[in-house]
Amino acid sequence: MKALVWHGKEDIRCDSVTDPEIQDPRDAIIKVTSCAICGSDLHLFHNFIPGMLPGDIMGHETMGEVVEVGSGVDGKLKKGDRIVVPFTIICGECDQCKRGNFSVCETTNRKRHLAEKVFGHSCAGLFGYTHLTGGYPGGQAEYLRVPYADATHIKVPAGIPDEQLLFLSDIFPTGWQAAVQCDIEPTDTVAIWGCGPVGQMAIRSAILLGANQVIAIDCLPERLSMAEAGGATTINFETESVVERLNELTDGKGPEKCIDCAGMEAHVMASQPDTLLDRAKQMVMLESDRPHVLREMIYVCRPGGIISVAGVYSGFSDKMPMGAFMNKGLTMRTGQTHVNRWTDDLLRRIEQGEIDPSFVITHTVPLSQGPEMYQVFRDKRDSCVKVVLKP
Amino acid sequence: MFHFSNIVRTKGDPKILEGGPSLKRPEDQLARALGWFSIGLGAVEFLAPRRITATLGMEGHETLVRAFGVREILAGIMSLSVDKNAGLWARVGGDGLDAAALLSGLTSDNPKKSNIALALLMVGGIAMLDYRAAQDTRPRRPPREARRKLYPNRSGFPKGLENARSGAKQIAAHPMPERS
Repeated sequence: MKALVWHGKEDIRCDSVTDPEIQDPRDAIIKVTSCAICGSDLHLFHNFIPGMLPGDIMGHETMGEVVEVGSGVDGKLKKGDRIVVPFTIICGECDQCKRGNFSVCETTNRKRHLAEKVFGHSCAGLFGYTHLTGGYPGGQAEYLRVPYADATHIKVPAGIPDEQLLFLSDIFPTGWQAAVQCDIEPTDTVAIWGCGPVGQMAIRSAILLGANQVIAIDCLPERLSMAEAGGATTINFETESVVERLNELTDGKGPEKCIDCAGMEAHVMASQPDTLLDRAKQMVMLESDRPHVLREMIYVCRPGGIISVAGVYSGFSDKMPMGAFMNKGLTMRTGQTHVNRWTDDLLRRIEQGEIDPSFVITHTVPLSQGPEMYQVFRDKRDSCVKVVLKP
Repeated sequence: MFHFSNIVRTKGDPKILEGGPSLKRPEDQLARALGWFSIGLGAVEFLAPRRITATLGMEGHETLVRAFGVREILAGIMSLSVDKNAGLWARVGGDGLDAAALLSGLTSDNPKKSNIALALLMVGGIAMLDYRAAQDTRPRRPPREARRKLYPNRSGFPKGLENARSGAKQIAAHPMPERS
């Protein structure tokens, strides 16, 4: 089969690889009908997250049709079923899964010893996202083996196009959880840093959860226009002061809720010297993340407010303003998304026409063009916001 | 490398049969080579400045050579990173500083001036490569002033934004009872 394979920094190729096989009775194999490039795939493209090896298949936003099931799938899936594959691999049986904390499933990371060394404890296995999270082959391929398939799936009905359903795998529940974690109240202002695909979903989620005002922060006109279409007031951080504008829009009080949808690769610019320092330190491996957005959120958030982190961070961040964080009594909530906790509700909202997540797709191309699209997406060429690949 | 990485793969996971075309262009390979060269040269300058100054007949300038070594190492690291273009331009600037320093030693009373001439020739050659690589690896990001597509009609709410807002307000007015 064809698959997008990581060969090194900025080197992803469309290779011919062997087809996946059932390895465990709880496995299923799907024929991929649609998959997407995620913003967090770019961290791997840049080799900022350790643990990728040449030959690893990329991708964790995937859906398709079941073509083979193991004997232990126990009737929960059958050939021909149409499923979206959550990016978190879950067993459905461990203590964390029973609590709904699916992204920290205690069972599915088959290389948990690596994660335990780095993070203290292991988190769930993820598709196509380094050997720290199990080294599972990803879904930017023609076929995908789904481990623990009896639990790791979202069954979706026929009649709704892939494009509306695919993002149940990651970005829609990620944006949704980011907003839910904010405990949004009808009087709240929610400020969202980063208007990439997850940011766009977080904006819509905050609107659906009843925020009084949503403010979106980015520097790319196409993304800001999409954010505005979704109901946000926008701030272009290249032409305006984020702190001044946020204070202006909240009568000097600051937003009650702040969401980070930018993560570890915050924009670097001369007018924000901390971003230059972070980039320099990241380059010489003195710091793994560039936490400018976290610093800014802590600074502007209203005392007593909530900071929700949906953007990916990989390791160590310097110069965190813990004094402001502590003295303002802020709460920070984070985490990879517990996809299956939210997908029943989100699928219902899609079916009822409350939301159509396909609005974010700007490019749809064959899988073979995937490597070039990584560059287009990274460079923000052709006003690219979200790429869907068709195997 | 694949042989090594296959060791950590589970039997049954897909393995490469035939590789596809690489995204790496010749200029990326050149940038990489120059990056490693820069780190190597920088390490020599930092660790053995006396040998260099003695070879060039420029004794007494060891601190300057050491500082140039640090500069070379940093430019090399940058040339190997995703910001390689900045690293390569830093190298081009560094080549200018190298040439200026060498020219200052090219005096009639320097018995090693032929070595300096040779070093200048080498700096010139490397500078040409650095400049070429810096030109060819310019980021392909569209300029800020470039005309971009805008997406003002992509609300994502099939029933409209106001409907989404009012639906949320209704839920807020009639909250779900708390679970007992």
